[in-house]
Amino acid sequence: MKRLMAGMTVLAVLAGCGTTATKEQDGAAVEDRKPGAVVEQPPVKPAPGPSAKPFVDRPVAGDPLKDPGNILSRRSVYFDYDSNLIKDEFKPLVTAHARYLQQNGSKKIRIQGYADDRGSREYNLALGQRRADSVRQMMQLLGARAGQIETVSFGEEKPKCAERAESCWSQNRRGDIVYQGE
Amino acid sequence: MRSPGSEVAFIEESAGPGPGRFLDRLRRAFGVAVWVVLAALPPAAHAVLTIEIIGTGGNQFPVAIAPFRSEANLPQPLTPVIAADLARSGVFRIVDAGGLNPPPHEPQDVNYATWRARGADALVIGSVSLLPDGRYDIRFRLMDVAKQAQLAGYAYTASSAQLRHAAHRIADAIYEKLTGDKGVFSTRITYVVKRGSRFELQVADADGHGAQTVLASKEPIISPSWSPDGTRLAYVSFEQRKPVVYVQSLVTGGRRAVANHWGSNSAPAWAPDGKRLAVVLTKDGGSQIYLIDADGGGVTRLTQTSAIDTEPNFSPDGQLLLFTSDRGGTPQIYGMSVSGSDVRRLTFEGSYNVSPRFSPDGKSFTFIQRNGDRFNVAVQDLTTRQVQVLTDGAVDESPSFAPNGRMILYATEVRGRGILSAVSSDGRVKQRLTADTGDVREPAWGPLPK
Repeated sequence: MKRLMAGMTVLAVLAGCGTTATKEQDGAAVEDRKPGAVVEQPPVKPAPGPSAKPFVDRPVAGDPLKDPGNILSRRSVYFDYDSNLIKDEFKPLVTAHARYLQQNGSKKIRIQGYADDRGSREYNLALGQRRADSVRQMMQLLGARAGQIETVSFGEEKPKCAERAESCWSQNRRGDIVYQGE
Repeated sequence: MRSPGSEVAFIEESAGPGPGRFLDRLRRAFGVAVWVVLAALPPAAHAVLTIEIIGTGGNQFPVAIAPFRSEANLPQPLTPVIAADLARSGVFRIVDAGGLNPPPHEPQDVNYATWRARGADALVIGSVSLLPDGRYDIRFRLMDVAKQAQLAGYAYTASSAQLRHAAHRIADAIYEKLTGDKGVFSTRITYVVKRGSRFELQVADADGHGAQTVLASKEPIISPSWSPDGTRLAYVSFEQRKPVVYVQSLVTGGRRAVANHWGSNSAPAWAPDGKRLAVVLTKDGGSQIYLIDADGGGVTRLTQTSAIDTEPNFSPDGQLLLFTSDRGGTPQIYGMSVSGSDVRRLTFEGSYNVSPRFSPDGKSFTFIQRNGDRFNVAVQDLTTRQVQVLTDGAVDESPSFAPNGRMILYATEVRGRGILSAVSSDGRVKQRLTADTGDVREPAWGPLPK
């Protein structure tokens, strides 16, 4: 009988799996669902992805980061296939952000690396990380402090473009600069 | 770890037992222990994955499964599930058991000449009876048709919600008795389904039934990994707008971030003792492999390169790690000791070899190899270094062995949609698991139930 009870306990807890999951942070885009509940939940609003944020049409007084006429409003660095080399056309952009960070020591950024979707997801995560790190290294050489820049990777997740074509892949091989609080 | 109450219920008889002896033993055994079949998870309202067999093995073992006594009254008849399991393995050919009225349920009812004439080498018979507490007593026997002898006899007690699981356990018992390998029909798999902008981490039975969503998020989830005892999943979630490694209990549903360091955190792999994980962190610059305790403490760096080192995977004995590294210029598979020493390159064919996973016996590993512009599942023998490419899809990913080493589960794409497939480790049997909606990816085959 003991064994039976033990077995039933396991059944009960397995049946209840997922019910007491903790919320890691407020507003985190995660729902812990009770298994077996096949009721569709209301559709989730798409995350306001940093790179998808609409630029404000008019200049915003005092915030060069949001002034579409300012190079600081440009946030994406694109890379060649299997490369983390920063191309000449993106050096002014990286330089401008590095100088801005140097002049505004309290500002912090996250550089999000991306990769195209061919091959292993984890390896692509590492490739995206290498691209983000490459942008960070150039910024640090130009005067930004290490503590101002966190580099993370989305790899092939969250592609900007989802077709199987070079025109699409090239948009996914990039690093995006996101300022803290954006 | 042994889960409580998960004792396998079985009675075996070696040769020529009379039915009386069998029942006597049953009664005696019932007197000392109650056998409980663990239903891993409650049944879901619908199956999310359906399995299609797209290739079978060469020499199939012919087995007949006679309908069990009283099973027609069950909410879930058992023998169709048993037959589907055995057929899906590719190892068995199910011999027609119809047209006998009544079908045999006990050894003395069996007319062996009939089954020989139908070409069956083995016959499964059994019966179901309702217990006073509302559960079912399920008894089955596996008979050797040529020797006219019982090969095995097992008894299970199951609630109506556990009937599918009981059928899988019976199929496991038959598979093991006839092939010598453990059956994996009662194991579970995990995978990620993407529907629109929503990601769901799911756990389902190995036949795709009973899918449960463990975690739903509008940010990506990748790289789920089973704890060796099957009670926890480690995975990477992007819910904090960066990759963070979580461990979630399938028992309580509780979870915690075990690797949330500066930078990216990914590629969790359990040590066989379930106490530690290998993960990939970038906190010290670059993607490097670290060991952490299962609660996130005790961070120890294992690799020290300026290259990418990722996708760690423990050997079954916990002494070695396989991983992917591009330190030689292209991504290749390497091995090292669990302390990070004795690093050696293992793959040399081709310019892209990634995602290594040890076989359960530790003698080989499966991985993804790029051939031209195709990415395929391959297996390499650790001793002979011989490589066999097993699949021919365009973008096959994330291979993992079944816990008996006979099948490899992986992700692929059909007409632009992500699906799961399985291939036998000799490449002969192929199965396709199709979801009713969404893109399915990132599968991992769970351990044997304890």
